[in-house]
Amino acid sequence: MNSLILTTATRLIVAILLLFSMFMLLRGHNEPGGGFIGGLIGATGFVMYAIACGTSEARAALRVRPQQIAAAGLGVAALAGLSSGLLGDPIFTGEWLMIGASGDSKGLALSTVLLFDIGVYLVVMGGILTLVFALEEEI
Amino acid sequence: MSWYLAMPLMTPVLTAVAAYLLRGSGIGRWVAVAGSALGLVFALMLMNQVIAAGVVTGQMSDWPAPFGITLIADLFSGIMVLLTAGVGLAVAVYACGEIDDDLEEMGFFAIFQLLLAGVTGAFLTGDLFNLYVWFEVLLISSFGLLILGGTRQQIDGAVKYVVLNLVSTIIFLCGLGLLYGATGTLNMADLRLAVDNSDQQGLVTVLSMFFLVAFAMKAAVFPLFFWLPASYHTPTSAVSAIFAGLLSKVGVYALFRTFTLIFDNDPAYTQPILYVAAALTMVTGILGALAQTDMRRVMSYQIVSSIGFLILGLAIGTPLALAGAIFYLVHNIIVKVNLFLVAGVATRLCGSSEMSRMGGVYKTAPLVALLFLVPAFTLAGFPPLTGFWAKVLLVQAALEAGNWGMVALVLIVSLLTIWSLMIVWARVFWAAHPEGLEPRTADLAPVRLHLLLPIAALGLASILIGLFPNGLIVLVQAAAAQLLDPQAYVDAVLGGAP
Repeated sequence: MNSLILTTATRLIVAILLLFSMFMLLRGHNEPGGGFIGGLIGATGFVMYAIACGTSEARAALRVRPQQIAAAGLGVAALAGLSSGLLGDPIFTGEWLMIGASGDSKGLALSTVLLFDIGVYLVVMGGILTLVFALEEEI
Repeated sequence: MSWYLAMPLMTPVLTAVAAYLLRGSGIGRWVAVAGSALGLVFALMLMNQVIAAGVVTGQMSDWPAPFGITLIADLFSGIMVLLTAGVGLAVAVYACGEIDDDLEEMGFFAIFQLLLAGVTGAFLTGDLFNLYVWFEVLLISSFGLLILGGTRQQIDGAVKYVVLNLVSTIIFLCGLGLLYGATGTLNMADLRLAVDNSDQQGLVTVLSMFFLVAFAMKAAVFPLFFWLPASYHTPTSAVSAIFAGLLSKVGVYALFRTFTLIFDNDPAYTQPILYVAAALTMVTGILGALAQTDMRRVMSYQIVSSIGFLILGLAIGTPLALAGAIFYLVHNIIVKVNLFLVAGVATRLCGSSEMSRMGGVYKTAPLVALLFLVPAFTLAGFPPLTGFWAKVLLVQAALEAGNWGMVALVLIVSLLTIWSLMIVWARVFWAAHPEGLEPRTADLAPVRLHLLLPIAALGLASILIGLFPNGLIVLVQAAAAQLLDPQAYVDAVLGGAP
């Protein structure tokens, strides 16, 4: 599509969408958000870019093929699930590491749940982009 | 304990990731084979554990039953997981010889491993909703495998397969929703208690029919079988072999599981339905096989016929009948995968799977003909191969139940099975090629080992089990006893989870 307004606006919107997708990913688990919704928003950014500038541009901006992203995400999620088994708990148990926790403050909470969510993020983003790019190129 | 249950499930998932990321590098397909071999080791460890402990159970994520995700393996599940890993490895080796680089680039080996993960998950789950999820995993993967390559014939088969399987999935999901509304739980062990204590037994029986129809459709039971022969002959022979061995058997497994564990409240209503379905499935399947002219379609109809034998075991419902049905399941999975793999080799030799354009395989490739004879004799039920023992158990069970009609039907259908195999043998292997062509063995030379080794291994497994059936007969009798008295299963899930 050749629209000056769309291409110009897309540059701004894509950056905001990608940032927002990161925000949604990190906000997840205890508040609305998480890997699935974050991945959808992140994919939306690249889909907009593909509509405005063409899929070959979008593929170049993504650098990695979307199928690879999805496969890697599945691997990350699976390993995050197995990691709790190494600590002696049933597999897929959430393991939490609270850095600097004191009193009421939980500090910086890192967890295998977040790692799993990152895997989901990558699977959703890679999967959606595979479909959209294929459909866009078909037309 | 949860390691034993999770590893047979997680190994194919991780193998899929590795095979996909390494595709095209030349080692991707061998990573897939190595992953399958590792999966077989884990399945053996699980089986060992199940034999020692009776029932192995684990709660994923540490949420207690009935709220969390339960994985559970009793003997029946253990046998099925072991078979899945075994034929998965055989077909993975075969696929290395058959699948070209284009299909690998599209992710053949990754999707294949995800299919194995889906099938294993369906066998290991202790929760009806998770059973639905695993059905989805294996269906999505099977859609992918079915259309990979994208010929017109494949798309045609895939559309029928997808539409009918989606209908069955929707019925399954409706049943799940209604059952949850009626009982408030979907954990299978908890459901057994909830169904036993329910004051609306009539409603439960109605709900069970949702599951009967949904699973019967997946299992290709009459009259819901027609998607199977419409699609199984279209993809590559590695894919049709794994479909033939495992996919419809997952539906049979689900029927056995739900109708022994959960919906055994009103056998007077369900047994006659199962009897009629079993009889009609056996007969229509084998008549269909006799009417077909395509080698793989003949075998697809034979699958439908053999599903009838399995349902018959469930319909009779005695310990001996269930043991016979599980034995038949073991026999049939190995044999069906083997026959489809041989059919793939014969198709490549003759350049067609249409029997009017095949022939002369015995003359040019006697080894392939011999490798066909082993599973063919096994399926037909010649002593002392596995098909014989399976049918002995089933016929004995039918005799004990005093069901003479079924005994006669089983024997007639067996005779017709031999006839349909004779037609294949005579036309494809014995007769000369109708167009005077010599089958091209030269094409196969570079990949001969990849193609023939798994066929020989599966044939050997059939022969060995047939010669020494005692161990397996004891095992399937114990598995049948567990199915009919699920107290240990319920206790393992609900009482004091480890």
